Amino acid sequence: MAALQLKSAKFRQERQHDWSRLSGLLEKVESRGARSLTDEQLLAIPVLYRSALSSLSVARATSLDHSLIEYLEGLCARAYFLVYGTRPWIGERLVHFFTTGWSRAVTSIWKETLAAGLITIFAAVLGYVLVSQNPDLYFSFVSPDMAQGRDPTATYKTLRDGLYDGGPAGQLGPFAASLFQHNAQISLFCFALGFAFCVPTAMLLIQNGSMLGAMLAVFAAKGLGWNFAGWIMIHGVTELYAIILAGGAGFKIGLAVAFPGDKTRLDAASEAGRACGGAMAGVVLMLLIAGIIEGFGRQLITSDVARYAIGIGSGVLWMSYFYLPRRRKGLANVRL
Amino acid sequence: MSAYDATAKAEAALRRSLVTPEGVDLNLRIGDAGQRIGAFLIDWVLQMICIGLFLWAVGWTLASMGGKDAGHIWIIGFLGFFILSNGWFIGFELSPRAATIGKRIMGLRVAARDGGRLTAEAVVARNIMREIEFAAPVKFMIIGAFSQGSADGLTMLFMAIWTGIFLFFPLFNKDRLRAGDLIAGTWVVRTPKRTLLPDLSDTDASGHFKFTDAQLSAYGIKELHVLEQVLRNRDRKTMTAVADRIRRKIDWTPGEYESDEQFLQAYYAGLRARLEQRMLFGHRRKDKFDKA
Repeated sequence: MAALQLKSAKFRQERQHDWSRLSGLLEKVESRGARSLTDEQLLAIPVLYRSALSSLSVARATSLDHSLIEYLEGLCARAYFLVYGTRPWIGERLVHFFTTGWSRAVTSIWKETLAAGLITIFAAVLGYVLVSQNPDLYFSFVSPDMAQGRDPTATYKTLRDGLYDGGPAGQLGPFAASLFQHNAQISLFCFALGFAFCVPTAMLLIQNGSMLGAMLAVFAAKGLGWNFAGWIMIHGVTELYAIILAGGAGFKIGLAVAFPGDKTRLDAASEAGRACGGAMAGVVLMLLIAGIIEGFGRQLITSDVARYAIGIGSGVLWMSYFYLPRRRKGLANVRL
Repeated sequence: MSAYDATAKAEAALRRSLVTPEGVDLNLRIGDAGQRIGAFLIDWVLQMICIGLFLWAVGWTLASMGGKDAGHIWIIGFLGFFILSNGWFIGFELSPRAATIGKRIMGLRVAARDGGRLTAEAVVARNIMREIEFAAPVKFMIIGAFSQGSADGLTMLFMAIWTGIFLFFPLFNKDRLRAGDLIAGTWVVRTPKRTLLPDLSDTDASGHFKFTDAQLSAYGIKELHVLEQVLRNRDRKTMTAVADRIRRKIDWTPGEYESDEQFLQAYYAGLRARLEQRMLFGHRRKDKFDKA
């Protein structure tokens, strides 16, 4: 080793052991999670992080080794995200989400949800009235591949068979699948398109509601309105509720963009987006639940009474789960 | 050196200051368009392969059951498809690394724009936006292309414009945000894993070279960093060219057995020592035109 070693080289030699130790620990956490570390190692991370940060400041002021500074910047950034971005263990977060986080996110958009619900009901009534008066209008609300023969020209028997046997054997699965895809798409769109000043969300809700009303009108004309409602309700309460919630979340973002108040539009939009993220995670879960009910329950349970019981029951469960006031626990600041 | 200036400028445009609670600026670098596109393509292809394999398995099971009692398989099929298509990005970005496979390969991760922790709410929100940004319009276009008559040219054009607007959205704002980042308050930053490269001033050869103060004051910090790059790349031709140029500039007559690399290393060590020493006294000499 040359006698005239630079101060900066000496500085580096003295500390690089700590840096590589920090780097190794980060590597371990990133690949195997925080639980793979011993307590001692976990406690060492913040200490090593702070010393790496101070090394970075010193290096910036005294060293001209470009690669060293880049290395330290990268190391500090990775450690920073670990130290300040650590979230509680995933299980704890899930427990919190199901006990309070989800319902609080849903409750926080109750006004927007109410608006989305009213729009859907209004559109359903409109679709019902229009198609009852003029069945020719049916296909302007329902696309042929959604209808699959359930149109004003269908006979009582086909309609009734559709409700209780699911039509020709083998078609059940594909139909349930396409309906699920359709509804999942609508809910994701209701949220994602909300930023365009709520307009696309409102249009989607109107389209969805009027389609429901138009179908009901067709069945009601043949005296099957009651039976159709039961057939829809068994999974539809959950699924329609999910769509309405997604619509509410979309409205929240649209309103934030339209009326940002004191904030910039960007800040307002991202605040609203984050507030609705929890509700949307819940919407995705509700869609999955509805999909399972739709796939398994609907064809197995053919009694009207049971269908109504499940439909109304699920509605009551969701409502009380979301809106019943509950005690606030100390975990208030644990975010998902 | 104009090419060097242009890269340095582009590099500086991607730097963002993030001051930690300890008061140190991390000088983060956001992912540029190329890295983002690369990461997305990797993820997309992997995701498509997974979905393809899954659907193939479902189809195979359906075929082998001959359509009898196949309802359950259909349900598993569509729920699985839903989870794979929406859960891929969300699942990976919720992991401690906050990055999908593609982002990991490109050295990127998702972070909250305010420097706080990245919440699951934000991850969900940013990824649901993908549906309108890419998934749905592309799906429509693919369906349109394979089923004649159901989608006319105008619809296709509309979908193409739609996808285009969202795809190129990150190019038109300085933080390279896509619509999902905007809604979720996130951005994508670079945190590549770097190895600590050897210190170039550690050289045994420097003892044989004695540079005068005048010779060492020919250059500044910028030139030092270029020289560092040259020495790390170890490209023989470039080293010869640079060595010749420096020798001419500082009037250095090469010794009999002196190689270009030895000379450059010695000059690097000497220059760095001098510049660092002057820095301690508060003179930070930016480049060779800087008179300070």
